[in-house]
Amino acid sequence: MSTMIAPMPSSALDQDWSKVLRWGLICGGVLIALCLVGMPVELDRREIIERYLSLGYVSVLLIPIVLGRIAATQVVLEGFESRKQGLFDLVTGLLVGLLGGGCLSLLMVALDSWNLRDPLVNWSPKLFRFLTYENGMGFGAGAWIATCAVLSMVGAASHVVPAIVRRVSGTVVLSLLSLAVLEGAVEDLSEGFRLDWLADLIYAKKGGLTLTSTIVVGAVIGLVAVFTSGRVKAVTNRYRDLDGVERQKASMILFAVVAVLCIVLPMFLGKIMNELLANVGLFLLLALGLNIVVGLAGLLDLGYVAFFAVGGYTTAVLTSPNSPFFAPELHFGIALIFVVIFATIVGLVIGAPVIRMRGDYLAIVTLGFGEIIRLLFMSDWLGPYFGGAQGITNVPGVDLGFATVKGTDPRSVFYLVLFFCVIAIYVSWRLQASRLGRAWMAIREDEQVAEAMGINTVSAKLMAFVVGAVLAAFSGAVLVAKVGSVFPTSFMILISIIILVVVIVGGMGNIAGVMVGSFVLIGVLGGPKQPGLLQEFQNFKLLIYGMLLVFMMLKRPEGLVPSARRSRELHQDEFLQDAWLKGDKPGADDEDADTVDVGARGGEEE
Amino acid sequence: MSLLEIKDLKITFGGLDALSGLNFHIDEGEIVSVIGPNGAGKTTFFNAISGLVAPTEGDIEFEGDSILGLDPSTVTSLGIARTFQNVRLFPNMTVLENVMVAQHCRTSQLIYGALLQTKAFKREEREIRERAEEVLAFFGHRLVGYRMDQPAFVLSYANRRRLEVARAMATQPRLLLLDEPVAGMNPIETAELTALIGRLRSEWGFTIVMIEHDMKVVRDVSDRVVVLDHGIPIAQGSYDEVSTDPNVIEAYLGRPVEANG
Repeated sequence: MSTMIAPMPSSALDQDWSKVLRWGLICGGVLIALCLVGMPVELDRREIIERYLSLGYVSVLLIPIVLGRIAATQVVLEGFESRKQGLFDLVTGLLVGLLGGGCLSLLMVALDSWNLRDPLVNWSPKLFRFLTYENGMGFGAGAWIATCAVLSMVGAASHVVPAIVRRVSGTVVLSLLSLAVLEGAVEDLSEGFRLDWLADLIYAKKGGLTLTSTIVVGAVIGLVAVFTSGRVKAVTNRYRDLDGVERQKASMILFAVVAVLCIVLPMFLGKIMNELLANVGLFLLLALGLNIVVGLAGLLDLGYVAFFAVGGYTTAVLTSPNSPFFAPELHFGIALIFVVIFATIVGLVIGAPVIRMRGDYLAIVTLGFGEIIRLLFMSDWLGPYFGGAQGITNVPGVDLGFATVKGTDPRSVFYLVLFFCVIAIYVSWRLQASRLGRAWMAIREDEQVAEAMGINTVSAKLMAFVVGAVLAAFSGAVLVAKVGSVFPTSFMILISIIILVVVIVGGMGNIAGVMVGSFVLIGVLGGPKQPGLLQEFQNFKLLIYGMLLVFMMLKRPEGLVPSARRSRELHQDEFLQDAWLKGDKPGADDEDADTVDVGARGGEEE
Repeated sequence: MSLLEIKDLKITFGGLDALSGLNFHIDEGEIVSVIGPNGAGKTTFFNAISGLVAPTEGDIEFEGDSILGLDPSTVTSLGIARTFQNVRLFPNMTVLENVMVAQHCRTSQLIYGALLQTKAFKREEREIRERAEEVLAFFGHRLVGYRMDQPAFVLSYANRRRLEVARAMATQPRLLLLDEPVAGMNPIETAELTALIGRLRSEWGFTIVMIEHDMKVVRDVSDRVVVLDHGIPIAQGSYDEVSTDPNVIEAYLGRPVEANG
């Protein structure tokens, strides 16, 4: 196959000006938006490197790097060979940074001359002081323009320097950043392992890394990165190339390692970290349930929180002595039986009328039902039974005979959640490879044909609904036992949406993906009310969720850890090409062209 | 008693009569072809039998009982399977899964068996798999081997058509409705599938109703041919009788020039 080399620009100044302008303005826009959202000022208190760099500045400084890198990315057309990148791209980065920094300077001028604090809450002298480094306008503007230009050029340079340099420097910067941001977690962990002296050495007293520790740790990470470079990739590639039995074996080993970690790690963790893990577990349980409903059966259920609420309220009513109408004070284990029963009933009651709808209509109607359930629990009508807005308090913990699981002991809560998560994972895993799981997949693919192939779609869909409902209700039951009380406000619609985001970002239809998703979103960013590792970002959580979701939909719609099936679905063209290249070629099999040409596919897709 | 009895079947979409007053029957073990120009109502006829479209008037009896108003899935479980004209596989499921899922109405295990991995569940899973492999093996080497684990969308056009037939076979029907089974195939593939249609009857004991435009195939396999035009049956009989019927020729080619004048 003959390839052409993309046209070489005649000189470094022969830029694609519209592209430079576009990315420069995007850079400026993002910087201004970030400042006006208030993120840098709020995060300024949090030190990354003691006295030298705060998280606030980091959040701003990352922007030109990322955008410089994007702007200098070469668009390689098929059939063309990419040209060698060099000075030309550095200039692109430089220009983008200059423009971005210029926009930021304009913001400074505006901040200085007008007061727009009324609509824009963060339009404040504080922001001005942050941007000018308290050194006056001229210094601020000059410093930002220069810094942005340099950083953007660094971003662009990442295309130019050899891969090893890029990888090592990237690893060093990212690890240092994570080390600093995750200070709380690391300190907690090192305390558990009796390594507090190490943490004291690395971190400054007021928070943040010290300058010496930054240099030392950075050097160590750099060396490690140099020596391991390429190996990680080789291992993941080897894992990917394994097939059938061997891959299953590898997955089993991986799974076992995670399981052992899950059991051993909490013993060394402090209260805060265990609390965090317990929250992750609660949301993981919800997400696993929703994954069956959305990922397997393709039913977009936006009212999933309803079942969470049912589980919570059932447990509260049956175990709490404060239940207003009926307080049998049952043991958690016995209450759990009723949780299953009520979740099934509510699943059927909500499911039966809505299950005949498809796609968007289903989503909207379930959204309504999710709110209806919450409002019912809050209503005066059911107030005498469920306590209305006052909720039900004094829910006892789970008495296991040898220990009591309650909120004050987050480690025990984590183990309880883990137990339910294991059940949920087992259920998802077994159902996926069963008659029912296949029927769900068929319904997701083409409901009408599934029906014509003898699948009773109504009952199959109802079953998906009910299985999801029961798993969500388990989560609700544990939540109530953990918190010790239940209020209607705990079951806001936001929860439904966040769980859906967890499933989508993690990787729809894939158990490992859902696990990663809930850890990244709930563990690192934090749940709707639960703080995550990045406590500083608490106020910007929803913003980050939204950005993450948009980014994922554009760049990686199959999720962080995609199921093989779904990534094939979303990258059909590449997959077909791969299959063709692997030698499954037409002609190898008499007259029959076995791997399809893309044209023939067109007719089949509706 | 005939296997399928169509009585005065009439289907109206808005003001359009897709089918008006269709009467005919299919006996056990027959291969019947339904032909007719585009828009004659052939696929609507299939949709009515498989329960996807509700007839306006008339009755459809399968083995003596009316199947009007039944869900498509119930119709399938009674023993009527179909393929689709515009191949509608489950594209992201593997070839094997496509055939396995079609046995849904012949199997019974639900959540309980799958979770506890009961003996009955494992036996049924094994049987489903074996049966799926048996059905796929009917098409020679086309759909077996490494191809069983490929997603259906990777298959070539001809193989997709074959898989559609395989999926319908897996529902263990008595009556098989094939909607243009050889459309888009080359002559060699067509000849091969024609032979397979004959074997579907002799080896698997299916009664077959087929919509087809390829007259060579129609001639080679059918016992009886029904010609539809504008929802009305205009001729029935053996291929030779039908192919010389002046009404049929007129429907396909138009009225002879002299008759117009």
